[in-house]
Amino acid sequence: MKKLSFHPCGNYRENYAQELSIFETWFGRVSLGVFLLILFGVAPFFLSPYLLYILNTIGILAIAAIGLNILVGYTGQISLGHGAFFGVGAYAAAILATRLDVPFYLSIPAAGFITALVGMIFGIPSGRLKGLYLTIATLAGQFIIEYVLIQWESLTKGTMGITLPGPSILGWTIAGDKAFFFLIFICLVLMTWFAVNIMRSKYGRAFIAIRDNDRAAEGMGIPIFKYKLLSFAISSFYAGFAGALWAYYMVSITTEPFNLGLSVEFIAMVIIGGMGNIPGAIFGATFITILNEILRYTTGVLMNVSVITSMGLNMAPLREFVFGLAIVLFILLEPKGLAELWRILRSNFRLWPFSY
Amino acid sequence: MEFFLQLLVNGVCVGLLYGISAMGFVMIFKASSVLNFAHGELLALGAFFFLSLVTWGKLPMAVSFLLTLAGCFVLGFLIEKFFLRPLIGEKLIFVIMLTVGLAAMFKGLILLIWGGNLHTYPDFLPPSLEIQLGAIYIAPVYSATLVISVIFLVLFGLFFKKSSQGIYMRSVADNQKAALSLGVHVRRVFALSWAIAAMVACMSGIVLGIINGVNVHDLSAIGLKVFPVVILGGLDSIGGAIIGGIIIGLLETFTGGYLSPSLRDVVPYIVLVFILMVKPYGLFGLVEIERV
Amino acid sequence: MGDILLQLNNISVVYSNVIQVLKGVSLTVERGNIVSLLGSNGAGKTTTLKAISGLLKPENGEVTDGDIICNGVNIQNQSPEFITRQGIIQVLEGRQPFKYLTIEENLRVGTATRPGKPYKQDMELVYHYFPALVQRRKALAGYCSGGELQMLVIGRALMAHPQLLMLDEPSLGLAPLVVQEIFRIIKKINEEHATTIVLVEQNANMALQVAHYGYVMENGKIVMEGTSKELSDNPDVKEFYLGMAASGIAKSYKDVKSYRRRKRWL
Repeated sequence: MKKLSFHPCGNYRENYAQELSIFETWFGRVSLGVFLLILFGVAPFFLSPYLLYILNTIGILAIAAIGLNILVGYTGQISLGHGAFFGVGAYAAAILATRLDVPFYLSIPAAGFITALVGMIFGIPSGRLKGLYLTIATLAGQFIIEYVLIQWESLTKGTMGITLPGPSILGWTIAGDKAFFFLIFICLVLMTWFAVNIMRSKYGRAFIAIRDNDRAAEGMGIPIFKYKLLSFAISSFYAGFAGALWAYYMVSITTEPFNLGLSVEFIAMVIIGGMGNIPGAIFGATFITILNEILRYTTGVLMNVSVITSMGLNMAPLREFVFGLAIVLFILLEPKGLAELWRILRSNFRLWPFSY
Repeated sequence: MEFFLQLLVNGVCVGLLYGISAMGFVMIFKASSVLNFAHGELLALGAFFFLSLVTWGKLPMAVSFLLTLAGCFVLGFLIEKFFLRPLIGEKLIFVIMLTVGLAAMFKGLILLIWGGNLHTYPDFLPPSLEIQLGAIYIAPVYSATLVISVIFLVLFGLFFKKSSQGIYMRSVADNQKAALSLGVHVRRVFALSWAIAAMVACMSGIVLGIINGVNVHDLSAIGLKVFPVVILGGLDSIGGAIIGGIIIGLLETFTGGYLSPSLRDVVPYIVLVFILMVKPYGLFGLVEIERV
Repeated sequence: MGDILLQLNNISVVYSNVIQVLKGVSLTVERGNIVSLLGSNGAGKTTTLKAISGLLKPENGEVTDGDIICNGVNIQNQSPEFITRQGIIQVLEGRQPFKYLTIEENLRVGTATRPGKPYKQDMELVYHYFPALVQRRKALAGYCSGGELQMLVIGRALMAHPQLLMLDEPSLGLAPLVVQEIFRIIKKINEEHATTIVLVEQNANMALQVAHYGYVMENGKIVMEGTSKELSDNPDVKEFYLGMAASGIAKSYKDVKSYRRRKRWL
């Protein structure tokens, strides 16, 4: 198929192959390649360990956020249990690695599949419930999973937490931020590629049909329950996969981080990034992670300013406040998220100086 | 047997508290179909307003109570005007996430101003409210709760079923466009329902504060416990909220008393999942009438 | 010309700042008349009604030109709350009941323009016009039939004491007998209360039977006007809206396909 050199100024697609193409021009394809080259060839060797740590966190969270975007942005099912699924993945990987000595390249996907199963169980209510009710059902799922993780001590060691062995392949142990960078970002690229292609398939179109009108979708012959469950499964697979990566990266895990706050952060990533947009999830994960780091740094600095400490003010809650504010402002001002801003920015460059 | 009865009474009392906490939530849902995740923070705001007025402002109880209610009324009005009005007609997830964002903002704000410690009100309820039935003891706060919740239940029932304003509110929730075409002041209805709901939330926050002490984390946790309560009762039924509250309260105290204390906080959610699978619109909720 | 209640002078309506739907529509409605507005789908009939009742704004539409005068008051681009309080009530297309309210509560919403005033008498009046509603008064509107709902929404509008009642396709999706019943009642309301009625209809035949005056719209413009008699005698209207050949006899579909009369007004 012929690739265009320039963006067409309208929709001139003539066949399905064109409709489904990811890159409209060769320029888009090349610039992605250049970006990946820089990411893998330059970033890990020149960035400080702290910046690499942030990048790695972004990579892991982005995988989970892509999964949530498939569920929320494409299938229209709101889930408040994504943080718990992330935790299920982390624990599944940890238990597989410590009890059964499964190597990491098997335990991470296995954790994904286990989480997908759990996700499907909590997706069952979606067969009967819509909108608000489903949201609340997933909220219940969040609390139940948290409880199980803490209370099932024979398996999860409860609040003690689990320490994982370092992942190794062919006698070479992956350790340190740089090595993990490659592991995480190769996974991210693969998972993104997979997600983009699911959305171009029959399954993706069925998801979108369900989001737009599930009754009409049913009328068109789409078995909606099956597809909703599938969407839950795929989304939890991503969460579990990311959680497993996280467990290996963090070395030791406890149940604490996998609370409702994390679920809310994931949804915030999807909304701030842009719903129904795969790169948007990556933008969202980047934004939230950087915002968290900046806020942590600022509150740290503010705590040491003598005027404030002498007034007895604790600045730590500022983080929570700004986080909430960011969500609210994005929803009010740019509900389509960063992906839309990115699109506007690009088209401004492209069309400059005649932007009409 | 005595243990059982005491648990029963405690359960009903705790449940009533949940019920009245849920009332404000149901009101907002009924009028504007908004699922308010910031409800717990509204409870906390009310409790802390009252606390400040009573302990720092040294105002008399009744005056501070009325001032708090008025303040919350205005607050609800402002929340609607600045945050929710721009979202009218937007997708469900945006509205839900907006209230989640608001919850984080309020919580941060409360922690900044009042800190995360436990505060208590001075004791002011008359001891004559204390009830002793044989071996069963009902603390004055609980009997006061009972009275307050019954009063509010009746008032709300009358308001929504009989008063014109109540019917206009329900009509807006039902079909906004048709309500507009008949001249219902839709914006005013939204603002009013938020204002009233915030007021009710603050009031229940104060009651909860009297019983358990005032603490942001506890109160916002109760804000989440509202969900199983209202789902059990049906999202849009105020009477259902009270009954749902009592059921949840009983479940909690019995599980805590007979099974295990750690299961206590999760059992409402487990029940919730089962209820949703069997009876998706709750025990008293409206069945969604969908016609193509 | 009698007493003029409502006047539209050359109005244009634009949706989302780009889509122009009405391109200079002028019409006058005399007090006490039934005026029908005919036209095919997308001609702009509903938009005209919404421009009058102020319901354009929720759909991102705006009257960009011209003015709408009711009783000497300029009402274009006013809020629906203001316009309904001028006595202009629109009955929306496709029956929009409040599904979870009972019939009686639905009727009470009609009093929104004068909250707190007594309404019992009006309710009796509505039940007098639509006796079918009486036995359903405690039923949820969501469970009523299409005919009952159409009666309900007209009755609901009557509760507001309208000076000008605008009905958008009251015959939509109803059985012919029910349609006749509804039109009979519309006529009766007009005669007994001197309520001015603007009627938007696809069923041109029915509409011209009850209306005094009619306008034909096409592509956002008024293309023809006249008394009902003039319109139903007009060969073009006969051909395109009444489904009859110019000669006045009903014709078979075979002829429709082989020959289409050219519209004279284009």
